[in-house]
Amino acid sequence: MRRAATFSESFRELGLLGFIVIVCAIFQIRNHNFLTLSNIRDLLANTAILSILSVGMMMVILTRGIDLSIGATLALAGMISALTVNSYRAISPVLSLLQGTAVGLVVGAVIGLVIARFNVLPIIATLGFMNIIRGVTYLVSKGAWVSSYQMSDGFKQIATGKVLGVSNLIIFAVVINVAFFYFINHMKTGRQIYAVGSNPDAASISGIPRTRIIFLVYAVMGALSGFAGVLWVAKFASAQGDTATGYELSVIAAAVLGGVSISGGSGKVSGLILGTILLGILNNALPLINVSPFWQQAIQGVVILAAVLTNVLVKRNNQHFALRKRAI
Amino acid sequence: MMDRSIRAVKVWSWRTFFFQWEWLLVLIFIAVNIVNSNLSPYYFSVDTFLGTPMSFLDKAFLVLPMTMVIILGNIDISVGSSVALSAVVMAVTYNAGLPMPLALLVCLAVGTTCGLINGLLMTKFKELSSVIVTLATMIIFRGIAYVILTDQASGEFPKWYSSLGWGSIGKVPIILIVFAVCALAFGLLLHKTSFGRKIYGMGNNLTASRYSGIKTDSVIMIVSVLTGLMAGFTALFLTSRMGSTRPNVAQGYELEVIAMVVLGGVSTSGGKGRIAGPLLAIFIIGFLNYGLGLVNIQAQVLLIIVGLLLILSVLVLNIRFRGTQRSVPSAVKSITPPEHPSESSS
Repeated sequence: MRRAATFSESFRELGLLGFIVIVCAIFQIRNHNFLTLSNIRDLLANTAILSILSVGMMMVILTRGIDLSIGATLALAGMISALTVNSYRAISPVLSLLQGTAVGLVVGAVIGLVIARFNVLPIIATLGFMNIIRGVTYLVSKGAWVSSYQMSDGFKQIATGKVLGVSNLIIFAVVINVAFFYFINHMKTGRQIYAVGSNPDAASISGIPRTRIIFLVYAVMGALSGFAGVLWVAKFASAQGDTATGYELSVIAAAVLGGVSISGGSGKVSGLILGTILLGILNNALPLINVSPFWQQAIQGVVILAAVLTNVLVKRNNQHFALRKRAI
Repeated sequence: MMDRSIRAVKVWSWRTFFFQWEWLLVLIFIAVNIVNSNLSPYYFSVDTFLGTPMSFLDKAFLVLPMTMVIILGNIDISVGSSVALSAVVMAVTYNAGLPMPLALLVCLAVGTTCGLINGLLMTKFKELSSVIVTLATMIIFRGIAYVILTDQASGEFPKWYSSLGWGSIGKVPIILIVFAVCALAFGLLLHKTSFGRKIYGMGNNLTASRYSGIKTDSVIMIVSVLTGLMAGFTALFLTSRMGSTRPNVAQGYELEVIAMVVLGGVSTSGGKGRIAGPLLAIFIIGFLNYGLGLVNIQAQVLLIIVGLLLILSVLVLNIRFRGTQRSVPSAVKSITPPEHPSESSS
């Protein structure tokens, strides 16, 4: 019995893994340079920012929320840190990262306050803030770009640097994912996030500080977006007003693809990582097999829809199966 | 007459009549106009009030069905993409040799199909919230528009088509007339028919509505299709005004449309609101936009203002409706056992 249960629980992850293998095989047949070490390294480095953000998005979705403002937060934090580097070239990279994270944290805390304290629907609040923050980014930069030559080498090293041959980006992503895995599975607050998402009323009655948890989730999402903003700007060596427009959709896609249920309370870190990698492959490798970049958005949309519908169908099937087993 | 008639007995009094959200909107509208008239000495003229709406009424068509969607307790963020897809398909079919009147029909048909797809997904997969369904279709519709037209523009429509957006009968713009007819139709549908009452009922309590025999699926379906149809109308007038179309038109329309509906006093928790509020909000935001244009304020500031308006009006509405929302946690209280009378006496 127990074994059967664990198998059906990890069914989704196995399915994703199988799908990743199939996709990789197709890409390898179409283009023999796909499965080379350097390409895989590039692919992982390109997926790192997506992975950092999807961790935050998983927490938000676990509480039945959604955050459309992260692309804008990322741009604002990246822009502010790039402008600071432009005026104080000697600033240390660590300080830049902290600055970006702090900007993101403040933005996330304001959004969290509006959603948790004043009961505004997450979709409405983050849709509004997406535009406010995007507007503020344009105002802060006065519509100008910060380009590569205006940034110090130390700043660009944040993303392009390597430790033992592994890109910094990958190391950041791995550390954040491991920390998140421990937090969400083995710490009290992490488990409370699941509780709030799977049954908000029951969570409140059993004494879980629901308002505080929801606030925390959006604040952490903001901080991660700010952190990712610095990485993004350092990686592309350019900060613009429209940086990462629409990136929130990729992040939501990665989380949903990884099996994080949009109705809250269920989702696993292992699934999330696989979902992120699959989306990373689709985002980065399509040009390798000569698919026009204009197809990318449509493919991404279909992938999100397919993932969400599969979730529903699998769940229905499971319920049907459970009922039949009990002969109801 | 357009009072929220959920209460069985309506008692008309001066106080309930004047303490309504719509009066606040009228005051805001007057304030916007006073500010505008100080900015430009030529502001108060018939031309301003009849001409300005041409520039913002295209997206106003979406406000009408969106009011229904939000009263139902749902949301639709795919409207901007539906507009883009309808416009792109219309332009491509026209340039492929279809006569213009037929291309216009194609545009409306594509919009309606987008709405139909949303409706089908929402009714066949009830487990999914409207947020995720329309989020996915938002990406897909826009994605298809990019696949069809890549990054090019398509246009060269016949001359008479541009008079749809720019022309007027006498002094009244055509778009204003069409919009007035649509607004009247939607107002009657929402407030004077049993269909409208069903929408309010479903917004207040979907399960109870279903058990009381309302065909909830078909109501959701009809509202979705109407949303798609209006997206088609928006595409028609927008393309006519712009003269050509690109896959990235109507980006961010969902925000402005939702902001107008919410500013109009429609509660995002469903079941509350009237059509008059959003109609006023359309003109408030439209004329505000016009005034900001007079003093040459950047478009980004407008983004901030629309975003702030959205959030502030939800905050104010949430505080206003708090009395009704408090009734939900009272169910929680009833779970805790009542105090024993002997304890209180001892």
